[in-house]
Amino acid sequence: MALEFGIFCKSTIEEEFAPKCFGTTFPNVFDGNGDTTYLDWLLSAWGWTLSVAGLALLIALLVGLVVGTLRTLPESSWFNRLLITLANTWVEIFRNIPVLVQIFLWYHVIPMLVPILKGLPAYFLVSIALGFYTSSRIAEQVKAGIQSLPKGQTLAAMALGLTTTQSYRFVILPMALRIVIPPLTSESMNIIKNSSVAFAVSVSELTLFAMQAQEETSKGIEIYLAVTIMYMITALAMNRLMAWVEKKTRVPGFIAPNNPAGAH
Amino acid sequence: MKTSLSFFKISLSGLLITNLLMSMPSFAAGTFDKISASKSITMGVRDSSGALSYTLGDGKYTGYHVEICKRIISDLEKTLKTPIQIKYQAVTSQNRIPLVQNGTVDIECGSTTNNATRQKDVSFAVTTYVEEVRIAVKANSGITSIAQLNGKKVATTTGTTSVQILRKNERATGVNFDEVFGKDHADSFLLLESDRADAFVMDGSILAGNIAMAKNPKDFRIVGEVLSVEPIAIMIRKDDPQFKAAVDNTIKGLMKDGSIAKMYQQWFLEPIPPKNTRVGLELSANTKEAWANPNDKPAEEYAKK
Repeated sequence: MALEFGIFCKSTIEEEFAPKCFGTTFPNVFDGNGDTTYLDWLLSAWGWTLSVAGLALLIALLVGLVVGTLRTLPESSWFNRLLITLANTWVEIFRNIPVLVQIFLWYHVIPMLVPILKGLPAYFLVSIALGFYTSSRIAEQVKAGIQSLPKGQTLAAMALGLTTTQSYRFVILPMALRIVIPPLTSESMNIIKNSSVAFAVSVSELTLFAMQAQEETSKGIEIYLAVTIMYMITALAMNRLMAWVEKKTRVPGFIAPNNPAGAH
Repeated sequence: MKTSLSFFKISLSGLLITNLLMSMPSFAAGTFDKISASKSITMGVRDSSGALSYTLGDGKYTGYHVEICKRIISDLEKTLKTPIQIKYQAVTSQNRIPLVQNGTVDIECGSTTNNATRQKDVSFAVTTYVEEVRIAVKANSGITSIAQLNGKKVATTTGTTSVQILRKNERATGVNFDEVFGKDHADSFLLLESDRADAFVMDGSILAGNIAMAKNPKDFRIVGEVLSVEPIAIMIRKDDPQFKAAVDNTIKGLMKDGSIAKMYQQWFLEPIPPKNTRVGLELSANTKEAWANPNDKPAEEYAKK
């Protein structure tokens, strides 16, 4: 069962071998014969995966943070209650629909209802769809992080005279966000893996590359092995990045949810 | 320490055994033996490949190639003197070759192009239909040839040979267009229908089939030059000359006594289920030629002509 990794050096057009395996990616360093090789294509597809995942993660973090915080507001005024209902609805809608169905909704259905979106390239629609889907999960985790803090923290903030906004900004969120960094790590890694659904709406990312290149070269094992390794590298890199973030933001003794000294 | 060492030994031997099993060549039990033993044959079929092979819903499949395969199987029943149950297995462009290679599918009756790369992995029966890759556009778009596609969006299906053809064409003619990929033929046609793509490049029969089943078939037209000529054939496992001979014999018989021409008429020029629409693809000279001189030449030889 000899694995022929040489196909990555093949040009995608002429099926001949490009010198040095890089046709167009590094035009000044490796002077290929100007044709894209499968390796070039793999790298460009990887770039698309990173872009989709990156934009989606940004949207998801921003929206998820807001929605999750809104869900924990005290029900003290009608406005707060309205915000809480909106946030709950958001989470329920985006959690209960499968991610692929959401992608199709955003790509085929919603541009019919909101014609401006028809002009948007598939990349933005898919990032929005993926971002909103993940934002509902992040909202839940942020809410869990906030609720894991002892109630005494909110009460103490109120006793000090901080407004709700100030208590969230200075007391609750700094601790809650540090608590939820591990679940956020899994969500970030999930978003990289879920970006593979973008193939269904013709974003040229790794999964689409895998399907098409496997068809063209008939070397499924090598292609899928390479794509798997790329996904693993990306997910591991994200993992290490979040670990670094956690280390950098750690304040010893800051998070003490189970500390009996924190008033309950 | 003792338990960890024995665990290590067990896992190592387990790994070695798995390695040995994986490196053993898969036994190419002839397809005839497989069919006689199980009294059944698995036919690979497509969900929406024009008039060649498509689903009527509810697990029923029909089409030009499905009919030819049914004739092949009834001839096999006569040869093996035993009734053979047909099991239908829906396949996609991505998994059709691996499924034939690993034995899940015995005979694939879809819309597979016979080309040299694929002949390394599977065998093809004699060509029953020669496909011409064309362009489908909306009738009111005014596009009549590929040169006018410069700067426009062109849809094609992932995992088909058309993607590579478009790429070669772009390179050769210098026309620059945006490629949009549908995940299957119905999806790519939807891209054209909803104006996310200005053109859909695919085999003529698939274009005609999709247009015939569209909501407003009159809105679409198949235009432009032939981008590539490809022989479409029934796929079977490699290195099984006995089975290939049987399949080829049936098909050559159909060609000689004119049945294949009648089948073509029935599927491509007359109304077909489920909506009783007419595909309307006239018999091309290439297909007539392939029937007159049965062969399993790959697409590369057609391109040389």
